[in-house]
Amino acid sequence: MKRESFAAGMRAAVPVVLGYLGIGIAAGVVERAAGLSYAEVLLISAVLYAGSAQFVVTSMLSLASSASAIVLTVFFLNLRHLLLSAALAPALRGVPAWKNALLGLQLTDETFVVASGRRPLSPAWMAGLNLAAWSAWAMANLAGAALSGAARDTRTLAFALPAMFAGLLVLQVRIQPRLRGALGVALFSGAAGAGIQLAAPGPGAVIGATVLGATLGLSLERWKSGPKSSR
Amino acid sequence: MEVRPEILALVLGCALVTAVPRVLPLVALSRLELPPWLADWLRYVPIAVLAALLAIELLSAGAAGLPAITAAFAVAAATRSLLGSVIAGVALYWLLN
Repeated sequence: MKRESFAAGMRAAVPVVLGYLGIGIAAGVVERAAGLSYAEVLLISAVLYAGSAQFVVTSMLSLASSASAIVLTVFFLNLRHLLLSAALAPALRGVPAWKNALLGLQLTDETFVVASGRRPLSPAWMAGLNLAAWSAWAMANLAGAALSGAARDTRTLAFALPAMFAGLLVLQVRIQPRLRGALGVALFSGAAGAGIQLAAPGPGAVIGATVLGATLGLSLERWKSGPKSSR
Repeated sequence: MEVRPEILALVLGCALVTAVPRVLPLVALSRLELPPWLADWLRYVPIAVLAALLAIELLSAGAAGLPAITAAFAVAAATRSLLGSVIAGVALYWLLN
């Protein structure tokens, strides 16, 4: 049963794996170009395992930024995982803490969204999803490092990221009970994210837009279902 | 093929500050019964975070970004295939660039 769940989780990871191949190769190319060795590319992709953060580390390394500035930037950039991790928690109640800790370590935007479409969510299924995505990511980074001399066009490969977000967004909206509310939240959060990013570029844009968007969704839902249920 | 000590320290530092927000809520909140409003609020997080990430990516994707992402949306809506939407988006982006 557990083994079946694990295998099913790995199968559910296939679209994420394919997206990660594109983005991971792009990441490996720029990491190698920034002077990281193959072993360092493997280290950063397997241990940090965060696409956008790796691009940021790489570009800050090329700019000779201080280590403390890089770590601080990565901290703010990855703070959004607080929200993702909290959102998964209700589905993993009663799971031993050490298992949840291991599952959380490999939480990414993409695996989070795939997992939020799965109820009930079992730790074995999530482990299959996580391990498949994680290995694909590390492999793709290494492949990108090997291709670094030949590849010039990392921009096209990196477009796998927004394309995957678009697909995940459609899947997410479809499983929501309130279609209009979900569409409203999506449009509003996208506009808010772009607006904040244009006004004050930085990792705060995603977090700010997410908090505003989820609050809008909850308010619409409470307002529609009448004031009685809200308190 | 070697790992420089300063890169090792940097990666471990970055990994630590990334691991805490990834792990902490999952471990702490899965032991509690969340108030209904918070559970409902958290249900909107996936959509909100995806839309925000997507919009921010598009800002730096150039003129080809919008038609390419429209193709990705159309394929996802028609086929529910994540893979199809990735391929459609990247292919059109490549063609337009």
